[in-house]
Amino acid sequence: MRFVVLVKQVPDTTEVEVDEETGTIIREGVPSALNAFDEFALNVAVDLKEELEEEVEIIALTMGPPQADEALNKCLAIGADKAVLLTDKVFAGADTWATAVTLGRALKNIGEVDMVFAGQEASDGNTAQVGPEVAAHQGIPQVTYVAEIEEFDPDEGNIICKKETDEGHVMMKTDIPVLLACMPKPSFEPKIPNVKEIMKAKKKPTEEWGYEDLGGDEEDYGLDGSESVVMETYSPPPKGEGIKVDDKPEVAVDRLVEFLDEEGIL
Amino acid sequence: MIEIDVDICTGCEKCVEVCPVDALYMEDGIAVLKEEECISCGACVSACPVDAIEPVIEAQEASELSKYEGVWVFAEQHDGTLKETGPQLLGKGRELADELDEELCAVVIGNDIEDTAEELFAYGAEKVYMVEGPVFEEYSTEAYTAALARLISKYEPNVFLYGATHLGRDLAPSVAGRLGLGLTADCTGLSIEEVEGRKVLQQTRPAFGGNVMADIVCPNSRPQMATVRPHVMSPIEPDFERDGEIIEEGVEVHEDMISKEVLEILEPERAGEIPVEEADIVVTGGRGVGDCREDFGLLEELADLLDGTVGCSRPIVEEDIMPKAKQVGQSGKTISPNLYIVCGVSGAIQHKVGIRDSDHIVAINNDPDAPIFEMADFGIVGDVEEVVPALIKKLKNSEE
Ligand SMILES: Cc1cc2nc3c(=O)[nH]c(=O)nc-3n(C[C@H](O)[C@H](O)[C@H](O)COP(=O)(O)OP(=O)(O)OC[C@H]3O[C@@H](n4cnc5c(N)ncnc54)[C@H](O)[C@@H]3O)c2cc1C
Ligand SMILES: Nc1ncnc2c1ncn2[C@@H]1O[C@H](COP(=O)(O)O)[C@@H](O)[C@H]1O
Repeated sequence: MRFVVLVKQVPDTTEVEVDEETGTIIREGVPSALNAFDEFALNVAVDLKEELEEEVEIIALTMGPPQADEALNKCLAIGADKAVLLTDKVFAGADTWATAVTLGRALKNIGEVDMVFAGQEASDGNTAQVGPEVAAHQGIPQVTYVAEIEEFDPDEGNIICKKETDEGHVMMKTDIPVLLACMPKPSFEPKIPNVKEIMKAKKKPTEEWGYEDLGGDEEDYGLDGSESVVMETYSPPPKGEGIKVDDKPEVAVDRLVEFLDEEGIL
Repeated sequence: MIEIDVDICTGCEKCVEVCPVDALYMEDGIAVLKEEECISCGACVSACPVDAIEPVIEAQEASELSKYEGVWVFAEQHDGTLKETGPQLLGKGRELADELDEELCAVVIGNDIEDTAEELFAYGAEKVYMVEGPVFEEYSTEAYTAALARLISKYEPNVFLYGATHLGRDLAPSVAGRLGLGLTADCTGLSIEEVEGRKVLQQTRPAFGGNVMADIVCPNSRPQMATVRPHVMSPIEPDFERDGEIIEEGVEVHEDMISKEVLEILEPERAGEIPVEEADIVVTGGRGVGDCREDFGLLEELADLLDGTVGCSRPIVEEDIMPKAKQVGQSGKTISPNLYIVCGVSGAIQHKVGIRDSDHIVAINNDPDAPIFEMADFGIVGDVEEVVPALIKKLKNSEE
């Protein structure tokens, strides 16, 4: 069996700011990390592999700049067997759809894939679109907001997972191949790889593919292949200084009710 | 459109069975497509057991963009009850449609939903496209995507909006992927702007956990699609006298096409309670409130008084005090109520990103330096156990 985990290296979002002059995002000096939800997705895949009797190969796949190999190395230490980095000037500026096309073509290149794992969303874009768009591109079903895997039956070719909905949770059974967009449980503690695992990771195979390896035309990728265009980025308007009351509860509450009245809420 | 790989096709005829418009037939044991009939619904792509059918996405010509007309809103419903996002989107949609001088339409999918469809006229829809049938009773990505892909291919709307609920964030990217369209997630602002002499939909959204705002357009694909955060847009005053046209669209979805099945509903919505993302007033408790369900009684009393609902921070879910559906924040619900009262929550970035769009934030915390105060319009430094009862008393008194 083969599992592919889609991972993304993201900047620490609490450190990201906009250059007010140019309106572009300042990335220099901002530390980056493996997207937390993707790390969870990888953990789910690794746990599942450990439970299965048959051979499973886990491939971590990312599209990003050459430095994204840091995220891949982490994946290899956590338990991926192989890493593929999609990197090419042509891929730059991709929106979610162009990203999904690129990842989708890489999946076709990889060959037979039984399960695709993704994070529910990346902490930089927060779009939650790439996963479902990859599923659509591959013509495979998707389950989003997956919290955990309940049961996997490779012989029957189906999997039961616990999924979050607007109302709560449901148990969902689905045929494989399927794409699972995973959302960490509140109690999720990522595996911290030990030195041995980190050393072992160094020997695992890594591949780097550019657009020529994926086929198609240059226009299918990156900015050219994107439908959405960012016109402008800017810092959100600063929030006005709020009122702060540090007084006896009765006094504070009187002022609060006054405030709510003024704002027309009560 | 689709492409059939003749080397892989086994001639099983599954695709012919599921095609809702009879665009496929068999010739010499291989599936053949009548291109002029195909509506790109994707039914055959999912049905093909050997992956011989692939969707082909054609680029739209610039000259063709102008034939796409109308502002469409996906009106989510659950067991015949309209979710609030539909009316909210129609409120904004009304403005956009007026500016474009185009029609405002709603789409509703489900089983036995005629009354639900009628309701949408009250909120400003001029036409309602309705897709009905037992396969649509429960939401499934496949069936709903097929229905929307069909409607979009046939009626060619200019703008298509969804609520950024769990369901909307599952469905919208699936439709976008099926048709190869641009899609902007979690918008907090929408307007019509002129770009290169054409009126386009400008979509404003937060990114990087809310530290950055971006204005985005999809100039070259139609419909221009976006998911919109619940509660950011306001519905118009409903007028139940208003009438409109219901267009019932028959979309056949074969059972085989749906590869998923809900086995069990684990935490059904507690009866009568408003989901946090839909409530106008949310009272949230964090670790500062207490460590058991009883401690939240105080907050529930306050929420009831205000006709609101109770929410919580993540550790409260972790400790099994509240169900997951109540969690506010990055890995929980993004909310934008009119009033957010937040008690005993420190204000970690993961909590803040979920509440940025609240109109009024009131924070109660005994630590004067708690980061939550940076976001609060009104902060009270004090003990939840003292401030909340005082507030309840005050509200009860003023009611009398
Ligand atoms: C990937 C990821 C996703 C996450 N997603 C979310 C999310 O969706 N939602 C979320 O909330 N968190 C989320 N978190 C967790 C987040 O980082 C914080 O740990 C969490 O929000 C803290 O919850 P809290 O404010 O209730 O608790 P604490 O941080 O412990 O704060 C308790 C506060 O209560 C105050 N307090 C104590 N006693 C009293 C009293 N008697 N009266 C008044 N005030 C009192 C204290 O001063 C303190 O400020 C996420 C974390 C990660 C890594
Ligand atoms: N460049 C990328 N390379 C690999 N996977 C990605 C990339 N971008 C997004 N993903 C996957 O898609 C998920 C959702 O991302 P997003 O739609 O950006 O919120 C992420 O959690 C990843 O699993």
